[in-house]
Amino acid sequence: MAKTLSVSIWRGKSDGQYQTYDVELRQNQTVLDIVTEVQRQHEPSLAYRFACRVGVCGSCAMMVNGVPRWTCRTHVNQVTQDSNSAVLQIGPLRNLPVIKDLVVDLKPFFEKWQRAGGKFTGTATRHDPPAQISSQTRGRKAADAGIECINCAVCYSACDVVGWDDNYAGPAALNRVWTLVNDERQAGRRAVLDAAFADGGCGSCHSQGNCTRHCPVELSPSESIAALKRSAFMGLPKAHVVVTDNTGDATNTRSGGRS
Amino acid sequence: MMAALQRHFYVAQRATALVLAPLVVIHLVLIMIAVKNGLTADEILSRTRGNVLWAAFYSLFVVAAAIHAPLGVRNVLREWTPLSSRGVDVLCLLLFVFLLFAGLRAVVAVY
Repeated sequence: MAKTLSVSIWRGKSDGQYQTYDVELRQNQTVLDIVTEVQRQHEPSLAYRFACRVGVCGSCAMMVNGVPRWTCRTHVNQVTQDSNSAVLQIGPLRNLPVIKDLVVDLKPFFEKWQRAGGKFTGTATRHDPPAQISSQTRGRKAADAGIECINCAVCYSACDVVGWDDNYAGPAALNRVWTLVNDERQAGRRAVLDAAFADGGCGSCHSQGNCTRHCPVELSPSESIAALKRSAFMGLPKAHVVVTDNTGDATNTRSGGRS
Repeated sequence: MMAALQRHFYVAQRATALVLAPLVVIHLVLIMIAVKNGLTADEILSRTRGNVLWAAFYSLFVVAAAIHAPLGVRNVLREWTPLSSRGVDVLCLLLFVFLLFAGLRAVVAVY
């Protein structure tokens, strides 16, 4: 006889409720597989969001047993100790408005990302030769450490400060700002750093570390935010950009110490 | 401009915390020493009258505390109350002026 798993899934908007479905338990089953099976076999109107199914796009993030996760990268066995009797609870990401069922509106997340200064503004035009950026400088290493964020909003959902302070930009936005502060090609890095200290910026972070704990790509937004705070004392990371002509020869070197 | 000011506030609060940490320890030790032979106005004034070192120490203490405390209160009020940012800033500016005035007045009174 096939084993079944009792799955509790959020239905409706923010005033909705959990509904329970019995789903056949299979080997190597991800939480996204479960949601897909419920939608195809039990509840055709169930709304959920996914794209790549292989942990690249970050669109399938949901609350799984109270924890924000990429459902495509979460095996059922990871979250249920005893698959014969355990209950799996799947809900929409926390801290974001629910559109329907498991789909949340990411607009506030991206608006705050923009407001915090997450947009790259370069100093060069497309007609300028490409800048040579050494991968070995301290600033570039710091930028590289946070650059792989794909904006899945798991950290935003995990953050308690976001939950109680509507104004707080959140870990992803501030992590992005830290990469820009360290990007030697970014224009007005001082203004970008200042923007990170605006209302709801890095000063609002309580260093609880939930963002780092739950980041599916193992970035550390808490470290980025702490580094932004340190920069208030230490100044901007040193910039050192070599501009090359089309042959690859260096034509100009711009460098600057902490300011 | 405002964002840069916020960054300066952040630095000011942390920097004054650095200043206050040793000052508070010295202050607590001083209290224990000061009350050893009883606590009378005459005894206190005999130590503080004309004592430049004492006046400098507590003047620094007052200035650091007057900066540090309103900035901390400002963060709490902004995060936990529905008061407007401007309202909070005005309240904290008043607190700063009060702490600075009352503290320095006390230092001058016993110097």
